[in-house]
Amino acid sequence: MARTVIPFGPQHPVFPEPIQLKLECEDERIVGVVPVIGYISRGIEKAAELNPFRNNIFLCERVCGICSFMHALCYCQGIEDMMKVEVPSRARFLRVFWAELSRMHSHLLWLGLLADSFGFESLFMQVWRAREIILDISEMTSGHRIIQSTNVIGGVRRDIDEEMAQKVEEMLAQFKELADRSILPTILNDPTIKERTVGKGILTKEQAELLAAVGPTLRGSGVASDMRMTEYAAYKEIGFEPIVETAGDSYARTLVRVKEIYQSLDIILKALSMMPEGDIAVRVTGRPEGEVVSRVEQPRGELIYYVKGNGTANLERLKIGTPTFANIPSLLVMLPGCELADVPVITLSIDPCIACCER
Amino acid sequence: MPWMLPTIMKNLFSRPVTRRYPYVKRPPFPEARGKLHFDTEKCNLCGACSRICPANAIIVDKEGRTIKYNPFACIYCGNCVEGCPKKAITMDILYSPPAIQKEEEVITFPPSTK
Repeated sequence: MARTVIPFGPQHPVFPEPIQLKLECEDERIVGVVPVIGYISRGIEKAAELNPFRNNIFLCERVCGICSFMHALCYCQGIEDMMKVEVPSRARFLRVFWAELSRMHSHLLWLGLLADSFGFESLFMQVWRAREIILDISEMTSGHRIIQSTNVIGGVRRDIDEEMAQKVEEMLAQFKELADRSILPTILNDPTIKERTVGKGILTKEQAELLAAVGPTLRGSGVASDMRMTEYAAYKEIGFEPIVETAGDSYARTLVRVKEIYQSLDIILKALSMMPEGDIAVRVTGRPEGEVVSRVEQPRGELIYYVKGNGTANLERLKIGTPTFANIPSLLVMLPGCELADVPVITLSIDPCIACCER
Repeated sequence: MPWMLPTIMKNLFSRPVTRRYPYVKRPPFPEARGKLHFDTEKCNLCGACSRICPANAIIVDKEGRTIKYNPFACIYCGNCVEGCPKKAITMDILYSPPAIQKEEEVITFPPSTK
């Protein structure tokens, strides 16, 4: 049969950011995909070499607009490792608190976009309404809705007192009530969502391992792998078990993320109740020298920072490895065989963040 | 579709969840980070804020006794507020409103008495 190449993107209603997929089609069926990236490369890695290393925190936060806290956390943990700084335990708990808030609002944003991609407008509105509560908590505790800027090398910049913690718990209860009432039942029971996601874009366990998928894409295929299992920050004290689904389709990846929203909620509550008293930061003097690899679990998967310092105020090299870049090969396996109308949903099921991917 | 009736009736008579935005605004939280204010009495024009600003939004002119602050370049991180040795910088809870001309603010200090 004759083959047609359809350019999907870079400007497409389902993509919040520009990526192009050259879809090779036989009638309505996809037989091959070529991704084209590089539309929004900003040269952040080079810019990081020109900044003083302390100011890079604010630059790293701007790699991604959704998981900005994780980027700063990964960078700070790298520099702290290199400079042999012991972070106070209260700061480690506070870091977990903001990291899990970021994960919750990232997953909620994605869930809204997924609902929007198959035309489920009311679910999209409900999910983003619930997300607003999480953003309010973020603004109340850190000062900003998205880019929290609370990390510093050696700890965090803001503290959460008893009164604020109580308010956070109230708001989280409000969120849970809304999610239980209007989001979870729809995702678990609605036939429209199942029609568009169940059995679509299957990634088997072997393929996921072979193509080095990360994050919910990997866990949706039945592999229990999560960077939080490495027990950075305060995950050791709080305890953590990854969420795994075995089906490997778009619905499994959706379920992993929905369950992670609830898991994050529990982790936040645990972090607030277990938080020890004490300092929130230590003073760090000196300049970084040596090289280090730092890894954290972003909402989309494993984030890697390679930092090389040479004893001056500027870094010699900063290399950022982002989860979306690691998940694009898996996407190329999921798409062939599907119908053209399923491409938006399957593409969104890996939660692509192109700004992260291209730095 | 009779099972949809309760939802329809509820939505018909309930109030909207959204605000009538330009008329009703949600006030920011008291901890929100916004525009900078420089206290001309406390500040000794040392230039620490200018050096640590990640966005180069503050330019301190010690000779001319002025501070140029660009609210459109400012990323409202609060680094200068924490780094100021004289605690002369405070943050508003509101950020700078949109404008047609992106102009810098010039803060002029009274002549030195020393």
